[in-house]
Amino acid sequence: MSELSNQKKSISPPFWRNKKIIPIILQVVFAIIVLAFGYLLIDNALNGLRQIGLQLGFDFLANTAGFSISEAMIDYQPTDTYGKALLIGMLNTLRVAFFGIILTTILGLIVGLSRMSNNWLLSKIAGVYIEIFRNTPLLVQIFIWFYAVFLPMPKIQEALQIGPMLFSNRGTAIPWYEKNQGILLWGILFLVSLVIALFVYRLMLKKQIESGKKNFPSLWALGVIVVIAIISYVVTGNTPVTFHAPSVAGNGFDGGFVLSPGFSAILLGLVIYTSTFIAEIIRAGVNGVNKGQSEAAKALGLKNSTALRLVIFPQAIRIIIPPLTSQYLNLTKNSSLAVAVGYQEIVSIGNTVMNQAGRPIEAIAIMIAVYLTFSLITSLFMNYFNKKAQLVER
Amino acid sequence: MNNEPQINVTTGTSVVGPPKKTVGVGSWLKTNLFGTWPNIILTIVSTAIILYVVFHTGKFIFTADWTVIETNFRLLMVGQFPLEETWRVWVAIFLISALLGSSWGLWQGVMKHVALVIGGLMVVSLVLPFIQTNTRLILVGNIICIFLFYIIGRKVKKLKIPVLLLWILFIPLVISLFNGFGILPKVNSNIWGGFLLTLLIASVAIVCSFPLGVLLALGRRSKLPVVKWFCIIYIELIRGIPLITILFVFQLMLPLFLGNSIDVSNVLRAMVGFTLFSAAYLAENIRGGLQSIPRGQFEAAQALGLNSTYTMGFVVLPQAIKAVIPACVGQFISIFKDTSLVAIVGLTELLGMGQKVIANPAFLGKNMEVFLFIAFIYFIFCSLMSYVSRRLENTLGAGER
Repeated sequence: MSELSNQKKSISPPFWRNKKIIPIILQVVFAIIVLAFGYLLIDNALNGLRQIGLQLGFDFLANTAGFSISEAMIDYQPTDTYGKALLIGMLNTLRVAFFGIILTTILGLIVGLSRMSNNWLLSKIAGVYIEIFRNTPLLVQIFIWFYAVFLPMPKIQEALQIGPMLFSNRGTAIPWYEKNQGILLWGILFLVSLVIALFVYRLMLKKQIESGKKNFPSLWALGVIVVIAIISYVVTGNTPVTFHAPSVAGNGFDGGFVLSPGFSAILLGLVIYTSTFIAEIIRAGVNGVNKGQSEAAKALGLKNSTALRLVIFPQAIRIIIPPLTSQYLNLTKNSSLAVAVGYQEIVSIGNTVMNQAGRPIEAIAIMIAVYLTFSLITSLFMNYFNKKAQLVER
Repeated sequence: MNNEPQINVTTGTSVVGPPKKTVGVGSWLKTNLFGTWPNIILTIVSTAIILYVVFHTGKFIFTADWTVIETNFRLLMVGQFPLEETWRVWVAIFLISALLGSSWGLWQGVMKHVALVIGGLMVVSLVLPFIQTNTRLILVGNIICIFLFYIIGRKVKKLKIPVLLLWILFIPLVISLFNGFGILPKVNSNIWGGFLLTLLIASVAIVCSFPLGVLLALGRRSKLPVVKWFCIIYIELIRGIPLITILFVFQLMLPLFLGNSIDVSNVLRAMVGFTLFSAAYLAENIRGGLQSIPRGQFEAAQALGLNSTYTMGFVVLPQAIKAVIPACVGQFISIFKDTSLVAIVGLTELLGMGQKVIANPAFLGKNMEVFLFIAFIYFIFCSLMSYVSRRLENTLGAGER
């Protein structure tokens, strides 16, 4: 107050026009409004919870969950705790996000390159694909996959066979590997072969640069890996893993890896939907590279594919990475739609916990924390990658 | 490479024009489809894919039993909106027709295409076999309305401001029409449904989130640390979590947070959730626009003696928003698509209604038909919006940077 009265005495402008004081007053008012609003909400919530007889806190995580989870990556029983159930939900989210990101990148790359192809027909197909799948909501696509494709599949005894894969209303079985005895030795020898191959590659490349003759360094490196693979086959007497095609046995699949209809639907939906965005990002990135670059590459006599690989792509990647990151994050966030098709990831399990334990605030806080962590980790990783790509430049 | 210009190097006299562009079916086929061996293989593979997909899609479309759509068409469109109150929906549609027609007359350009597509949709629904006669008459009336107002719009250029005002007031008008203005009986929001609800949620979210997004973007660039950090935390928090969790928060926790005193309907909760969600994304788009405005603009405005409010409102913001309109339309498209998520929290918009329909034992096994129909409706409207966005990008020249 004394400060204000001092100012009134001086010739400086009155306080409602003082450029130093106004912002402070505004901020204080803003903070008071926000805090008061927040206080009102939290007070209401606490009152409401008290009325229903619930309390706040995360101690419930140690209680018995009591519900079963059909697809758990680690061993889980209904007698386990809520905490473990939520952990499994998180792992399931990671699983769908991990495979989704890999597959959608591959598909997006294929579609994006097709869109830019010189072949008119191929480019048009890619364009129609992009238009159709990016202009229909993801959830509708997931529902189509789930309710109209995977659920109406035949019963498990009459499972539909396409190649080595089996489709039934219980899920899709795909061939999967089984570890053989000598896998440890195989792994060690494989690592050794990688190191030697890298060494040979460097050596041959150096020779090629010195002599000017073609020495085929990558072929040499590949040769080293193949030779060591043959040696390890002879030593261990079998391959590292055996692939088993699934077959139907009674009421279940025998061998192979079974994907539930929910998982297949969410994965396919996410992969196809996101791939359209990635295709457009890749196209924009490649088009964003200065035209002079491709002309210069042509003038140097580089083949189209070589120019794309060595000249265009390293520059395009810098334009591509930031939007690509946000697409990966979108895919991870969109995996929460699995709650609609019964694949139990973090939102789905959080929802169950919310209803069963009667802890809405805590359950939602956990979901939010999990997703924020994912976002943060992905952005950090991509920022690091982005920096690496930037350094390549000059 | 066949028609290399023959330049006479020794004399250097002949000035050769650019090579003639080869035209004609043969050369077009050669350059685009059958130029090289890989190209030929690609063409053959693509043709095979097209034939396969077209054949199977066509076979499905013509052999599928579409009676499920015929029987439930009304449900899918307006949900359980009472039959005797349907006239209110028609009034809203007439208002849209009039607005579209007059905007077409007034502004031409994009509005022409939008009006024509909406009119085209009406013509298509006109010829659908299962539409009742009086509905057909109303549709014809709508189409006439579009053209009538087109002519009025072309003649009377003074209408620009009233039409703009009506566009802005359109959503509140329609909602108060459904609520009955306090005169008519109220049509409760929990029986709004079908595509009508989809459109209502999407348009409320779009209209309300835009000003909120502008405020958040300005706040994030503000010099006041408290405001700035509040905006940063809000934007990053919302952008970091999936929409479905926000919808859960609003469906389940809003009643808890607001206490028992205030009763908020399901539909309103969803609308608030969507608005707050998309405001964060729009804010980031608009911030991009604000950053693209060169410093000179601020300095020029200051030199003219404008204070910071006027600088923002009259100089910077108009340019920034113009620059990001296409990006914002992209955001609007994704809001429109995301409205399908309210089906998960139990509202019966288009997709939720579809789920109800397939849950009916009478329509067992008709999942594909119902969902394809829904996907088709979404596709039409999203394509229309993305077309508008592309046109705007060209006319505003905003894409060129």
